[in-house]
Amino acid sequence: MAGPQIVMYEEEFNQIQEVCEKLVKDANAIVVFIIDKNGQLIATAGEYENLDTTSLASLTAGNIAATGGMAKVLKENEFATQFHEGEHQNIHIQIVGQRVILVVIFDERSSLGLVRLRVRKASQSLTEIFERLVEKMQDPNMAAPLEEITDDDIDNLFND
Amino acid sequence: MSFINYSSREINCKIVYYGPGLCGKTTNLQYVYNRTNPDAKGKMISLATETERTLFFDFLPLSLGEIRGFKTRFHLYTVPGQVFYDASRKLILKGVDGVVFVADSQISRMEANIESLENLRDNLQEQGYDLDKLPYVVQYNKRDLPTVADLTEMREVLNTTHVPDFEAVATNGTGVFDTLKAVAKLVLTELKKGS
Repeated sequence: MAGPQIVMYEEEFNQIQEVCEKLVKDANAIVVFIIDKNGQLIATAGEYENLDTTSLASLTAGNIAATGGMAKVLKENEFATQFHEGEHQNIHIQIVGQRVILVVIFDERSSLGLVRLRVRKASQSLTEIFERLVEKMQDPNMAAPLEEITDDDIDNLFND
Repeated sequence: MSFINYSSREINCKIVYYGPGLCGKTTNLQYVYNRTNPDAKGKMISLATETERTLFFDFLPLSLGEIRGFKTRFHLYTVPGQVFYDASRKLILKGVDGVVFVADSQISRMEANIESLENLRDNLQEQGYDLDKLPYVVQYNKRDLPTVADLTEMREVLNTTHVPDFEAVATNGTGVFDTLKAVAKLVLTELKKGS
């Protein structure tokens, strides 16, 4: 029994990517990325070429998990928003639809107020997209992503 | 919880190394990191205390190659082994696809092994998982030390469900990749079954 899978399809991926790219522009952000609560990177937009997004994704998920643990101790449902202020760059983290995490990295070209405002709008669009995605994942006609893989394919992966 | 991305044609899975304090979970990851081609790995992250004990987790992203045009990526995590970090251990088990239990072979650590294994079962259960139904392997680490417990005895106590198990010396790499390959294979087989 592995946990339920998340499956991302081209159509929803493109919509998510579009929301991220719009958010970079609207919020004057450096980078925007979306990860799931387990630290898997879903989408990235902005100037991320020199950024270790895999590490950032895993650390953000760890951070959200730890904050969620704190919320549980305090009998809160969750702390949906986090803000980290650095000397040059800031990070705004928002849980969207209790499912995914929206991260915005920005500097002095933007402001916390603007980022908050734009994140709120983007969150609404993302919630709708992820709701559609979940419906699609539950559709028995759609959810058969790996059935063509054979045992030999798996064995071949481990041949030195 | 595996993540299958049709758009980027990637399969992402999460493997957690579990075990008592100082059993060699971080050492396993460090060996994998040091011996992996730079193209196939990301940066290894260790959230550790000043005395290099794991505080929250170690993280190592690894690519294993392609299956039918899908890149397979594994995210390896360790938990902090020390008893009082239980809250953190629970968090790291969220969304797990496969588990490696690293046992410390020293006779003096048998009790700690048993306690940690029980803790693993309990914490998984709390997240709605059943260890007996998860891709799972056992590693008996530190086989090079003089005061190790007999392998048959360790098996009897720590591997009652007869999952794949391996003797290891993580400091020199013995058994490290065998363990990883075994769990990764089980995870992919499970994924295929589930689809």
